[in-house]
Amino acid sequence: MKTSWLQRMDLWVRHLLPAGLTLVLVMFGAMPTHLPGFAEISPQLPLIGVFYWAIYRPDLLPASMAFAIGLLNDILMGTPLGVSPLIYLLVHGLTLSQRRFFLGKPFMVAWCCFAVVAAVALLLEWSLVCMLVDGMAPMKPVLFTLLMCVAVYPLLSWLFGKTHAAMLRAE
Amino acid sequence: MKPHSGALGRLASLKLLAQRFAFLSLVFASFALMILGKADGFLVEHIRLTVVDTVAPILEVVFRPASTIAEAVNGVRELGALREDNARLKEENARLMHWQTVARHLDTENRALHTQLNFIPDPDPSFITTRVIGDTGGAFVHSMLINSGSQDGVRKGQAVIAGEVMVGRIAEVGLRSARFLLLTDINSHLPVMLEGSRAKAILTGDNSDRPRLNYLSPSSNASPGDRVVTSGHGGVFPPGMPIGVISSVQDGIARVEPFVHRHQLEYVTVVDYGLAGILPSDTVAEGRER
Repeated sequence: MKTSWLQRMDLWVRHLLPAGLTLVLVMFGAMPTHLPGFAEISPQLPLIGVFYWAIYRPDLLPASMAFAIGLLNDILMGTPLGVSPLIYLLVHGLTLSQRRFFLGKPFMVAWCCFAVVAAVALLLEWSLVCMLVDGMAPMKPVLFTLLMCVAVYPLLSWLFGKTHAAMLRAE
Repeated sequence: MKPHSGALGRLASLKLLAQRFAFLSLVFASFALMILGKADGFLVEHIRLTVVDTVAPILEVVFRPASTIAEAVNGVRELGALREDNARLKEENARLMHWQTVARHLDTENRALHTQLNFIPDPDPSFITTRVIGDTGGAFVHSMLINSGSQDGVRKGQAVIAGEVMVGRIAEVGLRSARFLLLTDINSHLPVMLEGSRAKAILTGDNSDRPRLNYLSPSSNASPGDRVVTSGHGGVFPPGMPIGVISSVQDGIARVEPFVHRHQLEYVTVVDYGLAGILPSDTVAEGRER
């Protein structure tokens, strides 16, 4: 009886991992790196989390969680409230609707698709921010943010893959 | 058997419908938040700061090792440049000694003149020095989090300086943490003047590294290298605080290279000059002159 209770606890904690890791990525975004010029082009890490888990475990990171992650991101980052929840929701919805296409496809396909999704997401975020602050924000940092996101994707995807495998072993 | 599978199918389609409905309502909620943020700044700010206050201690603990590593790397890098730095500093020190003499002389003279004129001095500033715990916003917002809030005396609209250089102003204040807006942020407008010619302008951020000078009169002959300081208009900041130098003048648009950059900020000083200002400090464009 006791072991089964422990096992259930264990599984429960493991099931929190996808959302938990993505929330940690939000906080990572606020880290002062003290690297010249890095802050303006730091990658939007939670975007990767939302994209990855929408493909592989949408049951553990549902749309409502994507919304909550976006909300925390806006609150912490100081971006106009509501922008990130919308972006993450749309990324989640779009990825989920194409889930069958992604499953079983090689890594390169997911990577390329992520690049496209991230480009659309950041462009939308840029236009929303411009609208909400009544000004033209420069495009260049956004472009570099996109490149950083795409560059970091393999690393995070590998990390998420390991986590996912550990989760499957426990199930 | 058949009615059973029919019920299952109905259940599945109902579930799908519910999921779609939930998704759409969340999308609407996002738009509602955007409108709320535009319409009622106060409520949104309150929610923001409650959350940031909660997260701030976590950020502080988690990022301390990261900043220690950064410091160590920096220390090693600085060791290499020790000799040149020393020579340069000695030379600079000799020059500054000369300036100190000049400044002492001027200070005495200035004080004597003040007493003769019955001059009313600005109130003495009070200040606190605090650590930057978050570099937030990425490409869209240029703001930072500090680990002092209203319980330490931080108030909205106060100046944030690094060394002697103005870097931003407090935008949101929580109990234990606060957010300040850098001069490069798209929402930042600051009344400034050129130190040499005293020509007035508004320093307007646009989320690029170099904010631009708006409303600068064409007859001011601004040229690269001119120092830009606060003008004190708007009554929020005292005049004469250094900001940066003009880096380029192109098609009549002058851009300013700040003395201090975002990545260099580790500790900042929040200064209360006791100046109430002629405009409420919660208006974004507090410096916009009529």
